[in-house]
Amino acid sequence: MSVSGSNSRALPWALVTPALAWTLLFFVLPFIAMGFSSLTAHEGGGFTSANYSQFFIDPSYWRAMVNSLEVTAIVTVISILLAYPFAWILAEMVPERWQRLALMLAVLPFWTSYVVRSYSWLLVLAQNGVINRALTGIGVIGEPLQLANTRLATVTGFVHFFVMLLTLTIFANLKQLSPSYRKAAADLGAGPVRTFLHVVLPLTLPGIMVGAFLTFVLCIGDYITPQILGGNNELVMPQLVMMQIGRRGDFPLASALSIILMAVVTIAYLACARWLKIERA
Amino acid sequence: MRAIVRLAAWLYAIAIYGFIFLPVVVLVLFSLQATSFPIPPFTGPSLRWYQAVLSDARLTSALVNSLLVAVLSSLASVTLGFLSAWGFARFVLPGSAFLRGLITLPLTVSYLIIGMGLLVLFNWAGVPKSLVAAGIGHVVINLPLCFAIIYSQMGDHQINIERAARDLGAAEWKVLLMITVPVMAPAIFAGFFLSMTFSWDEFVISFLLTRFETTLPVEIWNLLRSGLNPKTNAVGSLVFAVSIVLVVFFELTLLRRKPA
Amino acid sequence: MSAPLVDIRNVSHQFGQLPVLKNVSLAIDPGSYTILLGPSGSGKTTLLSILGGFVTPSEGKVFIRGADCTAVPPAKRPTTTVFQDYALFPHMSVGGNVGFGLRMQGVDGATRAAKARDALALVGLAAAFDKKPHQLSGGQRQRVALARALVIEPAVLLLDEPLGALDLKLRRQMQDELKAIQKRVGTAFIHVTHDQEEAMALADHCVVMNDGRIEDEGPPERVYARPKTRFSATFMGESTILAGTVTGVKNGIVTASTAVGPISLPGASPAGATVALAIRPEHLALGEAKRAVALGSAKVGDVVFQGSFKRVLATSTLDPALQFIAKASASATVQAGDTIAISCNAQDMILLAD
Repeated sequence: MSVSGSNSRALPWALVTPALAWTLLFFVLPFIAMGFSSLTAHEGGGFTSANYSQFFIDPSYWRAMVNSLEVTAIVTVISILLAYPFAWILAEMVPERWQRLALMLAVLPFWTSYVVRSYSWLLVLAQNGVINRALTGIGVIGEPLQLANTRLATVTGFVHFFVMLLTLTIFANLKQLSPSYRKAAADLGAGPVRTFLHVVLPLTLPGIMVGAFLTFVLCIGDYITPQILGGNNELVMPQLVMMQIGRRGDFPLASALSIILMAVVTIAYLACARWLKIERA
Repeated sequence: MRAIVRLAAWLYAIAIYGFIFLPVVVLVLFSLQATSFPIPPFTGPSLRWYQAVLSDARLTSALVNSLLVAVLSSLASVTLGFLSAWGFARFVLPGSAFLRGLITLPLTVSYLIIGMGLLVLFNWAGVPKSLVAAGIGHVVINLPLCFAIIYSQMGDHQINIERAARDLGAAEWKVLLMITVPVMAPAIFAGFFLSMTFSWDEFVISFLLTRFETTLPVEIWNLLRSGLNPKTNAVGSLVFAVSIVLVVFFELTLLRRKPA
Repeated sequence: MSAPLVDIRNVSHQFGQLPVLKNVSLAIDPGSYTILLGPSGSGKTTLLSILGGFVTPSEGKVFIRGADCTAVPPAKRPTTTVFQDYALFPHMSVGGNVGFGLRMQGVDGATRAAKARDALALVGLAAAFDKKPHQLSGGQRQRVALARALVIEPAVLLLDEPLGALDLKLRRQMQDELKAIQKRVGTAFIHVTHDQEEAMALADHCVVMNDGRIEDEGPPERVYARPKTRFSATFMGESTILAGTVTGVKNGIVTASTAVGPISLPGASPAGATVALAIRPEHLALGEAKRAVALGSAKVGDVVFQGSFKRVLATSTLDPALQFIAKASASATVQAGDTIAISCNAQDMILLAD
């Protein structure tokens, strides 16, 4: 029942209008501006759909989108596969009183600057970085491996971040499960493996889907990690967008590419909406 | 068999911890490097790169800029977020679900795209690039977060508490200041803290919307162009240390404020 | 009789399309303890919200002390509400909570503290002044909420299921205290509950509500002994309901034909009317025709030991739809499966129009 003692009609609108106005002015309006911009020609202005058709015609643009999707898919799958058992160990095997500390430690590097985090991986993966020096030192390899400026480096940087994020969300999910579910399953004769497969996993699946979606959205829109770790050998969409602004000041093309990127995320959202809704219910 | 499984699990956990900490340890270790390259072998410890950072006017002013933008944009986000959450939670407004969806919509859009949109708009409207422009962008990303956190905490119990205050004769603004804000303080605090950390660490919007005066992440990015440099390690380690202190501080204060 | 303190006239209310109150009128006397009793969805809480000013009724008027308060906001009417979840301000001390209303009236700190201490003493919590609400037990929070509402001396105190969150033992104990406090301060209490024992224990005036209407109202003794409707006969305590048709009326004696044969009892009803005869469990006698009106025999389905008595459920052998609910002494030997005769006195049967 949302009946209030106040009879004033103006008050509620006075409360919500500033936030709505801000959203309209600095989120919706920029979006419209971007839409208009994407339909104008960079040279000489005028209405055109060339910015969009360029994306579909030029295979190097296509390639960037395919790279983005591939990297994002790989990162999402690897991160979940690494984070789930880790979160499970933290939630089930670490004694209760140490759990908070264990979790805080597990996400500590979260709080390094996001630019610095990618840079740190560069230190590790560089030609004469920690890994190459260690491997050549013990004689496993003769020549340093090309680790930086590869897709492997981009994926490593991303996975590092998302393992922390997903550990947090999956841990929270596992802790929310009432222990009586597991007791009930055990009571009804299910062993630990079957309890996990038939009870724990299905109940945490909605949370995993939300985490996966979050990973997808954050990963596909990120510029820093691929730029620092992947370099320019293999461009992804955000790099392509930034390149249009940085090198050529081509706002219309950058706008068109941004809108295409957003369209892809929206399609992914609609595809996942079914699972994301389960969580909300 | 059981023992083997347990051992494997512990080894796995240690491996993940190792993976998570590897870059941070390398970062901090080589910030203490005595020579000019942050690569093995370790030649330190030395604090020369920290001195270099603290005497670099560009970096220190970027740090001040970052703090200013973070504090002010977070204050704006939490204020707008709180007022709108209160309005939507307490009053029946036409189209409420739609409007709430609109406010939270920026959460699902990449920072890059939000930054692009503002860049195109400001460019078109003739608004120059500045820290204010970046701050506006930071409110766009943090307002929905503050709104969502505070709105989710405004339950029926809070509604009854406010009703009780009105029933006992409190005017609307007194209900707000004496009851709602103190009772919602943990959620308001959480919103502010999260906004601070996101703004403090945000790169792409600041990169697109600032020019001469800029924020720390953008300045660090500029440093990166000179390749691997222990100075970058030092500034990164400093940022990390400040964040850890803040996190521990908030963790302790929030833990102490356990609600009934 | 004095003028009513609260006068509710023809109040109706809808939430959207859903009518929750249907033309309710009710008068409440100064200094009385009124219970609004009904199942969930009966409209009792909505009626209390209308009295408190949290809901403005769709139709009808509410007068308090003769003034039209229908659209007056809660702060400006002489009522205070004790909420079901107590709604104590978690960030203030107990003293701060109790003094809040006085603070809003601009009363100075010293007077406020003194009055708050008095109010806390009244509810037996003088020592809790400096504590925080979360340090108190459920029953103590309940008392703080009561003190907070009483300290500003309202004309009417509204209590929304105030004992609902307490366990049974504490609930019975708080009942007695509530009644004692009400007698001491003399404020009119209006108290919503779905617990009929609570209603009988506390009320001077009991209002039975169902489906948005007042089914019955009056002193609890009368409502229990002579309920006006079939609903009130079954909600305020249990009853055996015997359906019948009136076949004759003579000299204040109604004769009705029922599944267990013709029954005559005092009352008034037109011939041909379908009626219900309600009998309280303690009025049914088990075993060979002990009382004047024989109700046939019944097969005992269940005997439930209740401590001071046994509750006996039995199905009539004449009509399987007729369920007897009876009370037998704790030492009675009746067992499930027995077939026993059931009887009662004519004056103990309540004639209800169906």
